[in-house]
Amino acid sequence: MVGVGRLVREGVRGSEQARTSRSHDSVSSFHRPLARVHNPTNKPGNRARIPLAMAGAGGGSNDVQWCFSQVKGAIDDDVAEADIISTVEFNHSGELLATGDKGGRVVIFQQEIENKSQPQCRSEYNVYSTFQSHEPEFDYLKSLEIEEKINEIRWLPQKNAAQFLLSTNDKTIKLWKISERDKRPEGYNLKEEDGRYIDPNTVTALRVPVFRPMDLMVEASPRRVFANAHTYHINSISINSDHETYLSADDLRINLWHQEITDRSFNIVDIKPANMEELTEVITAAEFHPHQCNTFVYSSSKGTIRLCDMRASALCDTHSKLFEEPEDPSNRSFFSEIISSISDVKFSHNGRYMMTRDYLSVKIWDLNMENRPVETYQVHEYLRSKLCSLYENDCIFDKFECCWNGNDSVVMTGSYNNFFRMFDRGQRRDVTLEASREGSKPRQVLKPRKVCADGKRKKDEISVDSLDFNKKILHTAWHPQDNIIAVATTNNLYIFQDKMN
Amino acid sequence: MRKRGSRPIIMPVHRRRKGREKSNMYSKGTKRKFFDGVDNKAVAASYSLQRQSLLDMSLLKLQLCHMLAEPNLCRSVLIANTVRQIQEEMTHDGSWQVVTEALGGSGHGPSDSLVDTEVLCQSPEQQDGGPKLYSVMGYDGCREEEVVTDKALCSVVVGDRAPALLLGTIGHCWDRGELRVEDGVSKDSGTGDEEETRSGEGAKMATGQVFGMFEIKNGAPGSDPALEELFSDVDASYYDLDTMLTGMQSAPKMGPYDFLDSLASSHGPVSNSSCRADLNELDHIMEIIVGS
Repeated sequence: MVGVGRLVREGVRGSEQARTSRSHDSVSSFHRPLARVHNPTNKPGNRARIPLAMAGAGGGSNDVQWCFSQVKGAIDDDVAEADIISTVEFNHSGELLATGDKGGRVVIFQQEIENKSQPQCRSEYNVYSTFQSHEPEFDYLKSLEIEEKINEIRWLPQKNAAQFLLSTNDKTIKLWKISERDKRPEGYNLKEEDGRYIDPNTVTALRVPVFRPMDLMVEASPRRVFANAHTYHINSISINSDHETYLSADDLRINLWHQEITDRSFNIVDIKPANMEELTEVITAAEFHPHQCNTFVYSSSKGTIRLCDMRASALCDTHSKLFEEPEDPSNRSFFSEIISSISDVKFSHNGRYMMTRDYLSVKIWDLNMENRPVETYQVHEYLRSKLCSLYENDCIFDKFECCWNGNDSVVMTGSYNNFFRMFDRGQRRDVTLEASREGSKPRQVLKPRKVCADGKRKKDEISVDSLDFNKKILHTAWHPQDNIIAVATTNNLYIFQDKMN
Repeated sequence: MRKRGSRPIIMPVHRRRKGREKSNMYSKGTKRKFFDGVDNKAVAASYSLQRQSLLDMSLLKLQLCHMLAEPNLCRSVLIANTVRQIQEEMTHDGSWQVVTEALGGSGHGPSDSLVDTEVLCQSPEQQDGGPKLYSVMGYDGCREEEVVTDKALCSVVVGDRAPALLLGTIGHCWDRGELRVEDGVSKDSGTGDEEETRSGEGAKMATGQVFGMFEIKNGAPGSDPALEELFSDVDASYYDLDTMLTGMQSAPKMGPYDFLDSLASSHGPVSNSSCRADLNELDHIMEIIVGS
């Protein structure tokens, strides 16, 4: 179904020129009235001011101990469906943290200035802006309601004083501009302060209007609406490193957009079969390469990842690379395909690796090796014997996301019972932590958790049968430079930071 | 901007299954049982029971899919693929457990025995090229009719026969046209394949049903023009359902209460042959209820 936005199969010219990767430096020294410490260039080689090794059981100079910092959201257990958090994303500097919820709202938190006089007091994230991004719509042709739930938010690299982000629901992508206003003009000759007009005949002297400071006001305005290009539900958006285009992926198609043009998008991948009854595979996630503007990947429900090069042809239905791990025959069951379905794919910051999340594991792939991942981490292997129950209650279809830390040394993903897991690639260690109100005293160090798979439960361990499958952490985000993470439970957002020594 | 109570919160429930059921369910997620030696029959029966219940559960999920406002295509595809897997396995394994026994557990894994039985099998079905997965016409507008018939049947059904009947319902309801064409597997065939074929059809049509709703179709695609002519004077609102039921003529006649009696009298574990008989009777119930 194509509405106003035509799907045109044409070649894409613009991205063919070699483009150097633009650093995400914050150009705008003028954009904020309050002095801020801006990061120097954030080129991929130059990241992390702080060693970003992950939390260990304690000890070791490189170990990070994660502490509770903040929690946002209602305390009561009765969760209003509109408050369910559906996406979390830091911007490129890490100063802003955006969340989207099922009610179509976007809430942006801003990191306060670090207080130089009190270095122990880490900066906090406070509400910066809240706006209604999407409203529920009704598709009259299909007699179906289109949910306003925000599926994904992606920040654009900052180019001027304002911040821009893309937010999308199932069908429509919107470009939002978030700008500050902290001055207002005063002293008009023909207008009073309250707006009433002054009779010109009564004016005896002229003055020049001046800008005077006012209380900071943050405005969010929709600048572009990219609609009517997707028949199926959008699951991913990804901004290209050329800073001009972006892609949006639904279950069967991927479209390429120009950020300025809303009435046209190019279809670059289409896996819809001629006969829908032959459909056996859908697209589950897609992302542009962080540096190569011609390269993107998309994952499927069959556990494969395809890397496509837009220079090869206009239509990227044939892949350049196919990443797939052969199935382990000893683990074969009726649920093998379902648990192999990839729920998220993320490139590393350096662009050499990509990470995929399937139901039970996280896999790290070298882009140069297609036949198997270079690393595999088991997130909650103890669930393998429970797959039938999880299939029955639909938990097996939960889509967990995953994320890298700033220097690609640690990866993180969520699990059930409000647990989340971190895997240190270098030190070959992993830890399970919990996001809960019990562990939420200020700067309280998080205690590593352990799930007991067999019957012999030790003290402080949790048995698999006690896990709460309603409490799932699907969305997590890691600050691009620091050891600050945002973890979303059903309707709360937890922010954890490393313990300052 | 809270929307309290505007939409029911659907949260998956972590159910604790009681002892015996628990072990059965969990074993689904582990390796398939390896048919071996003396316990072959018991193991096989338990396995096929579990497999059947998984199939029923999947079909129910597919049914529920398109009753909701916005079915999740990925989930539907995964469930449909699971149903297909089960159907294929049942087709290959179900009738040939005798053959598997004859092989005597020669140390092959389940997939190996699959290959062996394929080679040995000489059933007419295989000669036709295997059970065909028929494509199904998916109708958006049929949702209401389907719901009515399912509920009508479910209210007739007693206890845990419901899933099997649902299977038959799906199998019957939307693919009569295709079933007519398939002479290789007749309703009265003596093999146990019909149930699997029906399961396959059930899978296919549930699949088609689910995927079809994502399409905007004008009219009934794939209809036989002769059939359309036959039913041109039929009330338009029943048009779609009727074209599907045109394959009813050759079905044996049976009253609805006969069917209930047969249900009440048959107990015990679900087996292929009893399912087959029930499905035959079920076809008739459908015909009567819909009033063709």
